[in-house]
Amino acid sequence: MTTPKWNLIIDIDRCNNCNNCVLAVKDEHVGNDFPGYAAPQPRHGHPWLEMKRAEHGQAPIVDIVNLPAMCNHCDDAPCVKAGRGAVKKRDDGIVLIDPQAARGRRDLVDACPYGAVWWNEELQLPQHWIFDAHLLDQGWKAPRCAQACPTEAIRAVKVSDAEMARLSADQGLEVLKPELGTRPRVHYRNLKRYTHWVLAGTVVTQRNGVEDCVEGAAVTLSHAGRVIAQTVTDAFGEFRLRDLETEARACGLTIRHPGHGTVELSVDLSGSQTLQPILAPIRFN
Amino acid sequence: MTLASLSLSARLWGLSQVMRLFARRHPAFARHMAGYDGVAQIRLQDGSQGRWFAFRAGRLETGRGLHASPDLSLVFRDLDTAVSFLDPRVDQALIVHAAKNFKAVVQGDEDGIAWFMQLLNLIRSVGWERGLAMPDGSRRFTQVTNGGPLFVYVKDGRILRVTPIEFDDAEDAPSWVMPARGQVFKPQRKANVAPHALAMKSTVYSDQRLLYPMKRVDFDPSQPPGQRNEAMRGVSGYERIGWDEALDIVAGEILRMKREHGPGAIATYHSSHHQWGNVGYYLSALMRFGNAIGVTRVALNPDSWEGWYWGAMHHLGNSFRLGSPTNYGTLQDCLEECELILFWSSDPESQFGTYGGQDGGQRRLWGKQLGMQSVHINPHYCPTAGMMGGKWMPIRPGTDNALAIAIMQVWIAEDLYDRDFVAQRTTGFDEWRAYVTGESDGQPKTPEWQEAETGIPARDVRALARLWAKKKTYLAPGVRGSGLGGACRGINGMQWARAMILLMAMRGWGRPGVNFGNLQGGTPVDLHFYFPGYAEGGISGELNQTAAAANNYTRMPHLVSVNPVTQTIPRQRLPEAILDGQTEGYPLDPSSIEGQFRRTLYPAPGYSRVKMLYRYGGSSFGTIGDSNRFVAMYQSPNLEFVVNQSIWNEGEAKFADVILPACTQFERDDIGEWGNAGGFGLHMQEQLNHRVIAMQHRCIEPLGESKSDYQIFWDLCKRLGLGTYFSEGMTELDWCRRVFDSTDLPKHVSWRRFLKKGYFVVPPAPAGLRPPRDMQWYLDGRQKDVPEPYPLPGAYSSKYGEGLQTQTGKIEFISSSLKRFDPDSPDRPPLNRYIPAWESPRTEHGVKYPLQMITPHQRFSFHTMSDGKDSAINDIRDHRVWKDGHFWWILRMSPADAAARGIAHHDLVEVFNDRGRVICAADLTATLAPGVVHSFESCATYEPLATPGASADIGGCMNLLTPKRPQSAKTSSTAAMNAQVQVRRWDGELPAKRRRPLNQPARTEVQA
Repeated sequence: MTTPKWNLIIDIDRCNNCNNCVLAVKDEHVGNDFPGYAAPQPRHGHPWLEMKRAEHGQAPIVDIVNLPAMCNHCDDAPCVKAGRGAVKKRDDGIVLIDPQAARGRRDLVDACPYGAVWWNEELQLPQHWIFDAHLLDQGWKAPRCAQACPTEAIRAVKVSDAEMARLSADQGLEVLKPELGTRPRVHYRNLKRYTHWVLAGTVVTQRNGVEDCVEGAAVTLSHAGRVIAQTVTDAFGEFRLRDLETEARACGLTIRHPGHGTVELSVDLSGSQTLQPILAPIRFN
Repeated sequence: MTLASLSLSARLWGLSQVMRLFARRHPAFARHMAGYDGVAQIRLQDGSQGRWFAFRAGRLETGRGLHASPDLSLVFRDLDTAVSFLDPRVDQALIVHAAKNFKAVVQGDEDGIAWFMQLLNLIRSVGWERGLAMPDGSRRFTQVTNGGPLFVYVKDGRILRVTPIEFDDAEDAPSWVMPARGQVFKPQRKANVAPHALAMKSTVYSDQRLLYPMKRVDFDPSQPPGQRNEAMRGVSGYERIGWDEALDIVAGEILRMKREHGPGAIATYHSSHHQWGNVGYYLSALMRFGNAIGVTRVALNPDSWEGWYWGAMHHLGNSFRLGSPTNYGTLQDCLEECELILFWSSDPESQFGTYGGQDGGQRRLWGKQLGMQSVHINPHYCPTAGMMGGKWMPIRPGTDNALAIAIMQVWIAEDLYDRDFVAQRTTGFDEWRAYVTGESDGQPKTPEWQEAETGIPARDVRALARLWAKKKTYLAPGVRGSGLGGACRGINGMQWARAMILLMAMRGWGRPGVNFGNLQGGTPVDLHFYFPGYAEGGISGELNQTAAAANNYTRMPHLVSVNPVTQTIPRQRLPEAILDGQTEGYPLDPSSIEGQFRRTLYPAPGYSRVKMLYRYGGSSFGTIGDSNRFVAMYQSPNLEFVVNQSIWNEGEAKFADVILPACTQFERDDIGEWGNAGGFGLHMQEQLNHRVIAMQHRCIEPLGESKSDYQIFWDLCKRLGLGTYFSEGMTELDWCRRVFDSTDLPKHVSWRRFLKKGYFVVPPAPAGLRPPRDMQWYLDGRQKDVPEPYPLPGAYSSKYGEGLQTQTGKIEFISSSLKRFDPDSPDRPPLNRYIPAWESPRTEHGVKYPLQMITPHQRFSFHTMSDGKDSAINDIRDHRVWKDGHFWWILRMSPADAAARGIAHHDLVEVFNDRGRVICAADLTATLAPGVVHSFESCATYEPLATPGASADIGGCMNLLTPKRPQSAKTSSTAAMNAQVQVRRWDGELPAKRRRPLNQPARTEVQA
């Protein structure tokens, strides 16, 4: 429990989608052979580190979220189990597909539930992001994707599992597909911004025949009598209800404002959505 | 014998002994010494003293006195001059003075002289060591790129990796800290680079590298013009030739031009940017070369600043800033005071402050952490909006001025503006107010009025105007929040930039928390530490077309160079100049507001029309409006000869008669500072967290037979008798040393240490010496106190340092310079009224081509750099899309527009209008409102499916579709960020021979 092990912490909210991490991995591995660690990455088409994109809503209220994804270096890794010795788990937590022993083992690609193992046709080799173990073993402080990240959206920490559990609880970190029980060592902050739905809208009113935005309206989303999410409209009358469970359901939306009264409408939630402007009932004439 | 003559005699004898000693001790010296057989002589002009040095197979014989038939001579007019040349403590000012005034002359064949001068230089430089040995057997070099500085690890002569530079706490200067609102902010201890910097290794080892000189197969230089198959340019293939043949052809054509056509017949044509550095940059080596041979310049327009230069300048002055504001001292102010950042056509997370890498992102996240709100006025919900969040106003391209005027209308109607500032610091407000309120033209410019133009709901405009008036707001137009990029490059770019100044004039610009910026600028780096920016001309010696005269020319004495040809062609009109034989334009002359009013004519009186093009790179198709024009230009017999000096076989390189292969910056020596542009980009480093100055090491040997730009020019100059004039006998590394010596670096680090370690972090400005907040001086009515030497002393209308550069010395709501120049201009009137765009959905273009396309500055490449070239960035999901054996350029469109056309995500689509057709991959995205499509400009590859100029392009040159028309008539501006297009699913199929395997096992990398 006390052995320090490598983990990656990725804050989705700090990522600007610059792809420095993608390029750093390619720069490190394309054309370079690191015996015992990794054979060269093909020049194109094998994103060992991959940027994924989620868009929520429609113009003019959208959320753009980017998710760097890679080998999770799981503690209970399906590839290690399937590897029969070709994939090893190091004491520092890093999973390595042995570039010699794994030759021909296409089954390891299928073993990974995250799609993070890539089949190198030319070398007949399953490959993955190796956490730059070859560099860490030379004393580097972090893998290249973290070094190249300008916003510190990706950070590498080498801590005990107990310490990592504390960090995870403190920062509300999550992992991809926790239900698989693979225990990934790549942890995400603000992951729901990627995985969950957003309901957005605008509250407007009429004042002396002129349309105006309603600031400070309380917005509440409910389902089956239970409040799912709530927020307050901003200076533009806009609201975003984030982190909604991805479960299609009929919801009630209530807009309350001390000066403009209350509007209630029903929303069939079936994905991220930007509603048409909602007219508050009380008008000033 | 006098002491001086004894000294010379002893020095010459000593020199011969040193040569022998060094040849024994240093293999590199011995190798160079063996490179020439012949007799060199150093003597006084009157023959009274001398010594000869006979070299044969690397051995040296020497004797006192004069040799009967030396091959090379170094002749000094007098003893003093000779002694100063041979003094180990080099005084370049004396040497340059002697050379300029013929007190020191070289005689003999050019190759021999170059060799002998390098031999003498080697006495000084032979022990110099580049880079640091690493534990794994690699060597760590450094580079500075357009995207930031890099460590370059090299093993076995091959680049292993490039990484950002992480600072060494034991040795490198500490970082500044900035307390604000109870928190203390400190930047990361590294230099954050742009993505294109991290792709550079892949572009060095690219299958598109030009490795040998080449000649078009059907080009025969012995044939007269007209019989050289000029029309086959861009069609015919190439054959490999040797360097001697290539250089002989080019040098021969240069001389033929001069004799057959006279001055002006040769034009040099370079792009706006180059691989980074102070020696190899186009403003350095190319400028020196061009001046040496005498060329018509293809003059740049301020194409990333258009609206500011031709527009905003007339309200603000700041001509040396191309009409844009600056950001001095604003980081502290913004962090302490600002409550709202209004990003108006501003996407710093995509364009990275041009050369600023990605240091700014961390600071913007500080702003977010402090609770600053963001508003984004932009047709595209850009990556900056994605990261910062906030309100998005998806404005219709080209209508920004209408929105700006309506905001001002609300301020006036609701009395929400800074009356004191308007009264005391501006002129012409009454006339402006009368326009805004409709008093003068009957049309109040209300939020409802603008809604029809911009598509922005009136309620949002009112809410924004009120929020802006309530909160301390930073207005952020363009990449750096102070101009450059964004809407200034569009059809109504001038109106937009002008409006930005007028908006701030109503807000009390300079008050705490009220300024221009988006946290990209205004860091407290030490701007007084001297190191030249690239625009300071490097080794060019050109005092008018670069900023060399300000500091560089005096700090680094070198030979002055003057172009004997004053004829210019505006770059935007080059095809017309060649094809029609005449054109006109207005210059980029930042020295005064009126510089841009001087009409230039081509041909200039008495000069030849251009018959030979010396093209440097090949980016025009991807970067200049209506770029199919360039095909016609290249295929015209009016161009008798085209040479292209390029690193990669792309773009216009394929339209040359002779191709000269240049190497990348990783294969030659240079020296540079991250983000330091100089000139009108003076102090651009204040967008960085740390100033980083670095050697740009020759990390590897040039691939194939490629050579550095500098070496190619030198070799050409040798054929023209200009070799020593061009080079001063210096290798690029010798020049790096001279640049180093000219800076403040030697006060902090020795040359040898710098050369080895590779970089230096400039200590930040001490707390008491940080620049004050920009425009506070103006607000307070004090003398200007920000550290820029602009405007020129004579350009003030008040006492020196007081007020602005405008005629009134104040911000002018009604421009007096435009009144003087063209008071009745229909497209640039002194009062910045809203004028609908001349190409929009409402004009005739919009009938056939209903979609508005915007083509902002690219994100993952730096213009054409790092795009194409089999580069790593081709794999970035948002840069290109791999499909059917090709990496396709991306067109972004709203799901609604796509659905209406039956287009699915990543379908191949044809984007077209009357100007051309480009095939792209469609990216369906909610970040665009219906009616607007988005694609980046600056694709590197031009790949016509069939006949060049008359078939669809699969490379991705969106500028084939954009207008060539300037924003307004009496300017040489580009409006090419906007065009009307139509999009449909492409029903064609890529021919098998145009498809490639994703990975090519046979030759994925080029070996040296």
